[in-house]
Amino acid sequence: MNEKLAKLLEAVEYGKVDQKSPYPPNLKGMDGAHELTQQALDAGIRPQDILEEALIPAMGNVGRKFSENKIFVPQMLMSAKAMGASMAHLKPFFASGKIKSRGTFVIGTVKGDLHDIGKNLVAMMVEGAGWTIVDLGVDVDAGRFLEALSKNPGAVVGLSALLTTTMTNMGEIVAKIKESTPDTVIMVGGAPVNMDFCRKIGADFYAPEPRGAVDFLNQLAS
Amino acid sequence: MKYTQLVISDPSQLIFGNTPYPVKTRRGLDIGGGQVYSELNFTLPVMSINDQTLPQVYDHYRQITEGALERALHLNSKGVILEFETLLEMTKTPAIGVEIVKIMNDICENYYQKHGLASEIRLTPNDLREFERPALQRTSRLLEPMFQLFEEGMLAGGDLLSIESTGGKEVSDEALMMCDIKAVLFSLAVLGVRDMQFLWKKIVALAGQHGKIAAGDSACGFANTAMVLAGKKYIPKVFAAMVRVISVVRSIVAMEQGAVGPDKDCAYEGPFLKAITGIPISMEGKTAACAHLSPVGNISSACTDLWSNESVQNIKLLSGMAPTAYMEQLEYDVRLMNTAIKKGTTHSHILQQLFVESDVYTDPQALVLDPANVIRISSALIRGDSYVANARNGALEFIEILEETLATGQMTLPEMESSYIPMLREELQGIPDSESDFIEMMLPQIDSSKFILSEYGL
Repeated sequence: MNEKLAKLLEAVEYGKVDQKSPYPPNLKGMDGAHELTQQALDAGIRPQDILEEALIPAMGNVGRKFSENKIFVPQMLMSAKAMGASMAHLKPFFASGKIKSRGTFVIGTVKGDLHDIGKNLVAMMVEGAGWTIVDLGVDVDAGRFLEALSKNPGAVVGLSALLTTTMTNMGEIVAKIKESTPDTVIMVGGAPVNMDFCRKIGADFYAPEPRGAVDFLNQLAS
Repeated sequence: MKYTQLVISDPSQLIFGNTPYPVKTRRGLDIGGGQVYSELNFTLPVMSINDQTLPQVYDHYRQITEGALERALHLNSKGVILEFETLLEMTKTPAIGVEIVKIMNDICENYYQKHGLASEIRLTPNDLREFERPALQRTSRLLEPMFQLFEEGMLAGGDLLSIESTGGKEVSDEALMMCDIKAVLFSLAVLGVRDMQFLWKKIVALAGQHGKIAAGDSACGFANTAMVLAGKKYIPKVFAAMVRVISVVRSIVAMEQGAVGPDKDCAYEGPFLKAITGIPISMEGKTAACAHLSPVGNISSACTDLWSNESVQNIKLLSGMAPTAYMEQLEYDVRLMNTAIKKGTTHSHILQQLFVESDVYTDPQALVLDPANVIRISSALIRGDSYVANARNGALEFIEILEETLATGQMTLPEMESSYIPMLREELQGIPDSESDFIEMMLPQIDSSKFILSEYGL
């Protein structure tokens, strides 16, 4: 691998945002994702390669370590921040079409429910896998999902709920989405949800933890 | 700062079923007066709440209450608390919540009149204000239905008033995920404290007006969220234990405003509140696994006065409906504790010792609940001149205890966990005593678009 990309991969994997960032302590004073991305672009490395050979593998490593209980969420969040610093440089290339996103993922916690920690984790890991995220936040009704889909045709939808009394709202939202755009792929998640419930309400996929959502989306994109 | 010395300073006095300031209820329960009672909490099965399903909703609560009290009666229960923790729709439309309290209270009264079984309802409206972001803690129109439910619900028979208030949660959620201890302390010891002062002044006044009991407020959305995240290995257990300690300075504000207990079941900060204020508390542990897992199944009962299951859905199990089954489990647990109390302090202390020793070195979150450690940490939590200083001092005392314990070899932690200890200490040591200095320090570091300072009186 190109040395610059290898360094960038390491910076993102270990959460080194920029040179000033004190985290992680063992990379103190060294260039972070911000500087290394600029250096890679200056060296003529294709933006698509920066994304696919450094950023996505780095976040893949982070996701794997998290799934294996080798790191905690804060380390993962620092990696996401480092990736964000890098993506700020790449944003113009998405707009010009020089980089292609793997797809768009619309996610939200369903109507009546305010719990967003699980949703945020899924969004972060999916973004790290190269998807464009449209995060609708919490307490989201069917109308807002439909509106997001009309702006992002072909997007995959993720619904989250933590309560037994709000998971029922998932059924209503799934029905309205499928009625409007039958081909939309919908995944569901949250503590009270399981595969039986997913099937019962007509959703397409359920994952008990964030990594499963990423794997499913990557399969869709491949 | 109302409390400057501990009401219970001897760990041997911090024990289940007894507290210096017991609470007597309308139907004769004497909570903390020499007996532990069950506190049953329950919720609906998977279903929607709307005009069409309301009759079924009411039937569920009727069935739950009858089933639970009938089982308690068969088991010669000395008394029961039934917690009615409302769901969104029941607070947004207070008439629904009030009707459920009426249904439950009629059944409670019937069992009391016919069979002499004393029971009371703890009414816990959910905090609607978190539905607005940034939250309007003091000016929200959502305060109106919440307080309407408090008032009409207490008149309908909800004698004990509680809430899991959410002031500061706007900052806490992200702080927990980032393991940002300074932001956690800001959310609890600044925003949380200020919101508790606002809210509990009103709740205490309302309770006083109608002769009801202002009970207490759990930092559930903060410290229990941390516990669950640590249980999933999302954040370190060391961090979650520290959040628990810091949550004390926020939850004690209810008592400073006049709440008398029993404190809320899911408030694992209860033992600290009991040591500092002498109020009775409710706790939950192994019998709450129906609602969430925890590392403190036995030790949480060490000094409790009510023993709870947190929440269980009204679904059918092999033995019967789940709330009935949990009523039985709670009753056997409290029967054991009450037998120990009857046989004298030696027996109570032996049972407590077993509760403590079976858990204490398995997890930092259990370590903080050891009565001896509760007393040490509680002393630190009232040492300072501000909530900020108290929270910081309590957290630093916890680190001392943790390091002493690790040094003895009684507890071991993986490097992934222990590496957080020096980082957390350094962060804590940088926190000033004064609230205003701390606010000045924190405002540039946190996303101020998430909360409105004036809604916290700042």
